[in-house]
Amino acid sequence: MLTFIRRQKYLIDYTLSSLLRRKTKNLGLLLVYTLIVFLLASVMLYTHALQREAGIILAESPELIVQRMVAGRHDLVPAEYLEALRGIRGVRAAQGRLWGYYYDPVVKANYTLLVPADRALQRGEIVVGAGVARTHNMGRGDYLTLRAADGKAMPLRVADVLHHESELVSADLILLGEADYREFFRIDAGLYTDLALQVRNPREVRTIAEKVTRLFPDTRPILREEILRTYDSIFNWRQGIVVVLLSGAILAFAIFAWDKASGLSAEEKREIGILKAIGWETSDVIRMKFWEGAVISLSAFLGGYLLAYLHVFYGAAMLFEPVLKGWAVLYPAFRPVPFIDGLQVATLFFLTVFPYTAATIVPVWRAAIMDPDAVMR
Amino acid sequence: MIELSEVRKVFNQGKPNEFCAIRGISLRIEAHEITVLKGPSGSGKTTLLSLIGCLARPSSGRITLNGRALSGLPERFLTDVRRRTFGFVFQHFNLIKGLTVLENVMLPAYPAGPEWSALRRQAQQLLERFGIGAKAGYKVEWLSGGEAQRVAICRALINDPEVLIADEPTANLDTKLSREFMEIVRMLKEQGKTVILTSHDPVVFAAPVVDRLIEVRDGLIAGGA
Repeated sequence: MLTFIRRQKYLIDYTLSSLLRRKTKNLGLLLVYTLIVFLLASVMLYTHALQREAGIILAESPELIVQRMVAGRHDLVPAEYLEALRGIRGVRAAQGRLWGYYYDPVVKANYTLLVPADRALQRGEIVVGAGVARTHNMGRGDYLTLRAADGKAMPLRVADVLHHESELVSADLILLGEADYREFFRIDAGLYTDLALQVRNPREVRTIAEKVTRLFPDTRPILREEILRTYDSIFNWRQGIVVVLLSGAILAFAIFAWDKASGLSAEEKREIGILKAIGWETSDVIRMKFWEGAVISLSAFLGGYLLAYLHVFYGAAMLFEPVLKGWAVLYPAFRPVPFIDGLQVATLFFLTVFPYTAATIVPVWRAAIMDPDAVMR
Repeated sequence: MIELSEVRKVFNQGKPNEFCAIRGISLRIEAHEITVLKGPSGSGKTTLLSLIGCLARPSSGRITLNGRALSGLPERFLTDVRRRTFGFVFQHFNLIKGLTVLENVMLPAYPAGPEWSALRRQAQQLLERFGIGAKAGYKVEWLSGGEAQRVAICRALINDPEVLIADEPTANLDTKLSREFMEIVRMLKEQGKTVILTSHDPVVFAAPVVDRLIEVRDGLIAGGA
């Protein structure tokens, strides 16, 4: 056993010295390899973090939203619908929601105006998202003047700035009272933007949605799981775009790595011959070369993944932020909660370390099984 | 004692460029003697040396070492025999560049996994014995031809083999260094080693220390067997 351990130590020692002897080649390979892992891991980590964040936010949203459609367009819902919906078996509660968009030509940004269900606001008071506050450089007590639907300027006092756990959805948010909302958009009492339903048994959501459509054929029920799926698709699509953009670099690396790993130089072949001639077994040579490939690919994988982790969770993914998060004037300061997904790590490991190590072993195996008498010539 | 019986070695067998380097050699090499295989370039000396040293397998025929058949052994066992029994000094020395003199000498012992400090001590002693102890930490590419050869000899002796095999050992040395090499060979013989050399250098084959001279020509033994 002791001899076996010593043998492995000698092999690793020789491997490391062998790597150092080809410093330039191996360092170049390591750098490019690390960069590729870094890029791929950054995209994966960031997309996953966005999806996770979206999931956290939507967990608090209603299971079912009912919108009224007129001529294929989303329209205001009369309050009478609420009573009828509450009567459906399985519906625990139904509330009317008031929300809308406002384009601010001063900063060329869109705000989301919303009447909160859980917060009563005084007349003339608003609560703004961190993005809005940042853009206007304002805080509690300051005034924000918006132009209402009738063209009149409407000064609103900032009562608070939102510090939501995720700035992704709250950055462009302005919360205001129902009276202010209705006055601002000139929406009559008895009309809502849409209706939110809570159900007793989440497994019955689809059945309830069907009942809603039967009761009010002019409505469109939207399930929370559908929104989640849409978010997933959007982020996957964006991830796909980045991966396509990166594919050129990945392909270049694949060719470079394959060339470096699969082709043994005359010097390396000679070295294998010498080692075999002086008494090394074929398995020793293969093991030594395996360690060589493994040291490079593992270092690159760990280095690249660590850099990507720092880039995404501590550097706000500055390289991919515009593509992955979307385009907006009010960029949310998005700092995702550090998170590592085992399956994701395993996938990346399998896609990067495994092919490289395999590519190094095959030609070495071919060279190492030959008779060592070639060194005599 | 090494015995070869009707040994043939064919390269590229069955292909248009098939070439028969050894054409049925039977030979007996005694232990503790110095044997020189002499012959012109392309005569088959190096191939014969490779077969004797288990670096290659014969296409047909039988090779035995102290009565044990080697030709049919699986690769793993053959490597073990090669490591324990033979030490090689190649024509171009074949030291591994970038490694130090000491590391090169220690290299053949790695697969056996000896204790590192003992191995290092043994390698250093060998280098001292051959007068290059002071250069143990040097990179091998900084050595002169004579020094490189002595490092190659130390490397060949690190596993304390019974047989030392040297292919054209004086091809890259001047006459003075060639004589020094033959002096080393004499020393090794005194220690009980068997030495097998190939050469067409008179300094080697005409040296008084040589016990037996075998002439190889066109893959056959032309004289001395």
